[in-house]
Parts: sequence; C-alpha cells; structure tokens
Amino acid sequence: MNRRTLLKSTALAAAASLVFFGAASAQNPVLKIGFVGVTSGPAAAWGISNQRSMETRAAWLNELGGVEIDGQKYDVQIVAFDDQKDPKRAIAGMEKMAQEGIHYVVGPNVDDGAAAVRPVAEQNGIMYFPYAFPKELYTAPASNAILGMVANYQSGPAIYKYLMENNGVKKVAFVAANESDPLSQRDGGVEAAKALGLEVVSDSVTYQVDTTDFTPVLLPVLQSQPDLLVLSGVSPANAPQLIRSARELGYTGLISTETAQDATVLQEGAGELANGFISVGGASTPELASDAMREFVDRYTKMFGEYNDESNTKVYALEYILETIKANPAAMNDVEEFKKTMDTFEAPNPFMVGDAKLTYVGTTSFGQKRQVSVPLVVNEFKDGAFQTLFVAQVD
Amino acid sequence: MEQILANGLYLGAQYALIALGLTLIFSLMNVLNFAHGQMYVLGGFVTYTVVAQFGLPFIVGLVASAVVLAVVGAGVERFLFRPVVARSKREESTMLLAAGIAFFLDAVILLLFGEKQRGVPKIVNGVFNWDFRLVMPYDRILIGVLAIAMIAGFIALMQYTRAGRAMRALAQDRMAAQLMGVDVERYSMLGFALGAMLAGLVGGLLVTITGVNLGMGGPTSIKAFLMIMIGGAGVISGAIAGGFILGMMESIGLTLLAAYGDITYLVIFASLMVFLAFRPQGLMGKPWG
Repeated sequence: MNRRTLLKSTALAAAASLVFFGAASAQNPVLKIGFVGVTSGPAAAWGISNQRSMETRAAWLNELGGVEIDGQKYDVQIVAFDDQKDPKRAIAGMEKMAQEGIHYVVGPNVDDGAAAVRPVAEQNGIMYFPYAFPKELYTAPASNAILGMVANYQSGPAIYKYLMENNGVKKVAFVAANESDPLSQRDGGVEAAKALGLEVVSDSVTYQVDTTDFTPVLLPVLQSQPDLLVLSGVSPANAPQLIRSARELGYTGLISTETAQDATVLQEGAGELANGFISVGGASTPELASDAMREFVDRYTKMFGEYNDESNTKVYALEYILETIKANPAAMNDVEEFKKTMDTFEAPNPFMVGDAKLTYVGTTSFGQKRQVSVPLVVNEFKDGAFQTLFVAQVD
Repeated sequence: MEQILANGLYLGAQYALIALGLTLIFSLMNVLNFAHGQMYVLGGFVTYTVVAQFGLPFIVGLVASAVVLAVVGAGVERFLFRPVVARSKREESTMLLAAGIAFFLDAVILLLFGEKQRGVPKIVNGVFNWDFRLVMPYDRILIGVLAIAMIAGFIALMQYTRAGRAMRALAQDRMAAQLMGVDVERYSMLGFALGAMLAGLVGGLLVTITGVNLGMGGPTSIKAFLMIMIGGAGVISGAIAGGFILGMMESIGLTLLAAYGDITYLVIFASLMVFLAFRPQGLMGKPWG
C-alpha cells in the first residue's frame, strides 16, 4: 500500500465513522440548557452542585429516551460556563449562551453576577434561574429572572421566629464576610430581626474570606453576649472555622445561618462543636424524599463520587424548565410564552412524596411569580448529620 | 491585650513559615513563585488524605506532605523553571510560568480532591483559658510551637549545614558561588524543593485548624508576597520579620478596628504603600537586590 492509498483509506474510514457515530448519536434532536455559575475558587461548591445536578438529571432523562415535548423526544444537553464568580465573566458566559441559541440558563450563583447578566438575558430572550437574592431581579419591570431557591429574607424571619418561640432568643449578633452577598444577607437579617422585636447587639463585624484565625474576628462579637449568633451568608468553607472559634471562646448560645451547608464539611472541620448549628438545608428530608429523589442521589453519587446536600434544591431548576416547556411547547424558543405559562403552571413534583406540585411562587416577595416553589427545610446539625428542625413553604 | 499578642504571635508563626519558602526560592533563583499558595493547599490536601481518608496518625500526614511537596518542588524546578531560566533572560518568562503552574495546580487539586472544604479532627482537645483574659485552644498553641520549631530548624539548616551554606552563597552571588565550585543546578533544585516543602508543611499543619479548600491558594500567595515585601524579598530574616509583623498587624487591626467594619487589610495595604514609598527594598532587603 503506497502513501496515497493509505491516506485515502484513512480519510474514508474517518468519514465513515463520523457518519456512523453521528447517525447513532443523533436519534433525538438536542435541547440545550445552559449553566453560568461559579465552579472554581472558594465558592466552587455552590456552582459545582448546580452543574452536577443538571448533568445527573440530564443523563438520567436521556437514558430513559429523552424528554417528550409536543410528541417529539429531545436529548437534554447541558452547556456549562464557569464565571469564576466574576460579573464580567458571567456576562461573557451569558453571551456565549445567546450565541448558542440557548433560551434557558441556570445561574449565576451570586448577586453581582446575576445583576450583571440581566441586560444580556433580556436582550437575547433568555430566562435565567439565579441563586442570588436582590429583589430588583425578580420584581417588575424585570421579568426574565426566576429565583431558584428560598431567599434569606424568607428563611431568616422563619428561623428567628422559631428560635424566639422555642428557645427564648432575645439578643442576636450578626457576622458576615466582607463580600456583596453576605453583606446584603446580613442587612436583610438585621432588618428582619428588628422587625420581629429582637435586640441586635452586634452587626458591624466582618471578615475576609481567606481568614485563617477567626478568634480575633469573633472576640468583639461575643463580648456583646448574644443569645443567637447569625453567620450571614457564610460559605461552607468558613462555617466550621467560625463555629469552632466561637465555641472555643466559650460561647454557649445558638448559632445559625440562612445558607445551605454540608454535613461532612462541618463534621471534619468542627466535629462535635458544630452540634446544634442551625442552617437551611437542601429542599428535601428523609420524610419528604420520593423514590425519584433517592434515585437522583444514587445516580449523582455514582457519577461524581460524593453527594452534596445542596443538590436537593439544585435538582429543581432543570425540572421546572423542562416541565414548563412541556406544558407549553411554544416556550421552547420563545420565553414570552414561558412567562405566560408560569402564572398557571402546575405539574407533579417527582422529588417529593404525596401530591406535592411544581408551581411558581414569589408574589408576596416580588409582586409576581418569579420563584420556584421548593420546601424551606431548616436543619440542626447533630453528630455528623443534619436533623430536620422544621419545614415551611414560601408564599 | 494578652489575647491580641497571643493571636498575633500565633498568626505570625504560621505566616513566617509560609513566607520562608517563598523568599528562599526568590533568593536562589530570582523567581516569584506565584504557585506558592497552591503548594500550601496541596500540602493541606495530602495531610487530609493521609489522616482523614487512610486513618493514619497526623505526623505521618505531615511527613507525607513534606515529601510530596519536596518532590513536586524539585520536579517543577528541574523540568520547568531550569529550561526557561536557561533559555530566556526576560524575568516575565518565569513569572508567566509560575502563574501557569498556579492555574495547573488548581486544576489538578480540583480533579484529585474536589471542590469541598476539607479538614481533619483536632489533634489536641481543650482550651487554655486564663480568666478570659487569654483564651487559646491547645491545638493552636501546639501548631504555633511546631511552626516556631520549624523556623528554628530551617535557620539551623541554612546556618550550619553544607547545603545551607551553599544555598546562602548561591543567594548572595550566583556567579561567584559557581566559580567557588558550588553545584548551582543541584542546589537550586534543593532550594526549590525545600521552599515547596515548607509550603506543604504549613498546609499540613493548618489543615487541623482552618481546614483546606481549593480557593485558598491565591489569597495565601498574596499574603506571602506582602510579608516578603515588608521584610525584604530574598532575605530569610526579613521573611520571618514580615510574617510576625503581618500577624501582629492583623490581630491588632481586627480587635481595635472591628467597630469600623472590615478595614484591617485596607489599613495594612495603605500602610505598606506608604512604607514601600520610603523603603522599597523592605526592612532588611538591600536596595541593589
């Protein structure tokens, strides 16, 4: 075989394999759903749990033959973009989604990123599901953003009220990282605490996220002798260190946060000192979880080695997108149709037992339905695991 | 006041140990190792894996961190920095290489250890409490003492061993050292390995206190640069002084300025700018390098 024959036969084989595999993988048309969020750096855990939840659910649906919309089956493809928690990168990510013709995007994970992508999303007909709390994203005239979880100004008052009634809490102190999300969550928490009649004894102490010793940070806070220490917007990386330092300084009161945490991280970082720590959990408990939720956890764990409790909440965004498009197939390429459907949309919630429904909520907080309905689960950490303290519903 | 001083000393000891590795590499090779923080993080994850995953004693984890990072450091010098230094006279080539290594190590750490915060159980339980005037957990006291012992050991190594003398000669004048028969390549590799090993050791020590996560590398490098700028880049005693000064400034600032918000690092950076305007070579550095 001379060189020319070899080249020809190689090219032919390559072309044939492309045609064969292309045909095999193109059984269903593809429905692309985007993710723009943080998957690197200190807050990577937030975005990675989003991306992995979407990828797990998409793989599962594709394995079942795809998602049926208006009689046509589609394979779901997740297009992910790491914004590195940088608003400029988040804009670039949203522009990439627009260039790919994607109309539904999950993320971003933080306030400034979610605010930054708003013009790009609105100009390009993209609905996006941020995990960020600024109300102006969800109140009119804004209409393209849908809050993907329970906001701190919804969970905070519920937690404080519970602790006032059940633990006699009267004095509360707040400490937050010196970043936009934790600071805005602290301000929201202070406002809510004051509205409930709590005495706010400290709310000015902040810390750098890369702090390696929290003793000097917490000393002035604990000198104000609060009954409840609120770690506003605390990241899973900082929570164990703050709890440990507070307990080692002799603080015996309650500690809580309105962000989701990870039981393994708390156990490794603070051990039994974290017992009694109150946090917002993923939107599921053993009592609430359906067989589908248990299977999702199984599949996620098999795909990625370790589950993240936050994914109990983050599994929902993709489900809401797909179910809403199924309810109104015209929404697949027209987000105005999606918005029309949201007001009356209702579908069975596959991840909860009983007759729970997927519906859009948020009228009380935003004046329009721009939030996914997921249960508010408040947990208490005990001996390496979360125990459900109470479950509530937003709106 | 006792509490502020104790916090400052504890922070200073760990900071000084981080800065020592960075300044050693800078003094030997004139390389600003932007990946120093990532090496610290890698050290923390190695100790975590050995102690929390394999259930081995903490000291084994610490030794494993030291060995792994020494090997990584030696490899980075031998296969990455040495060819670049030999072929390029431009300083930005090594700076770009160091930045690239930092990104590479971030990606490797994410793949190997995941994105989550990790930590190992306390190695000593209990808290020293002197009538609430001075509260310090025993594990922090132990880590502080170990860090100071390691600094002393490092100084002794540099002062009294043949390798230490060779590395000091190399730092003072590379050409003269070579003419005097010092094996420049060998001691450059040894110095880089030692610097990386120090970063790994601090990571291993602190994983019991602060835990470790993927995002700690960058901020750790910035703090290390801050320390060697205060003390004087490339000067061992300067790195130690820089570490303790930064630790003390942080402790005092966080206590006295708490009421005004998180302005401690704002004040530290502003003070450093003013300081460098008057003394750009740092406390103990020489104006000529």
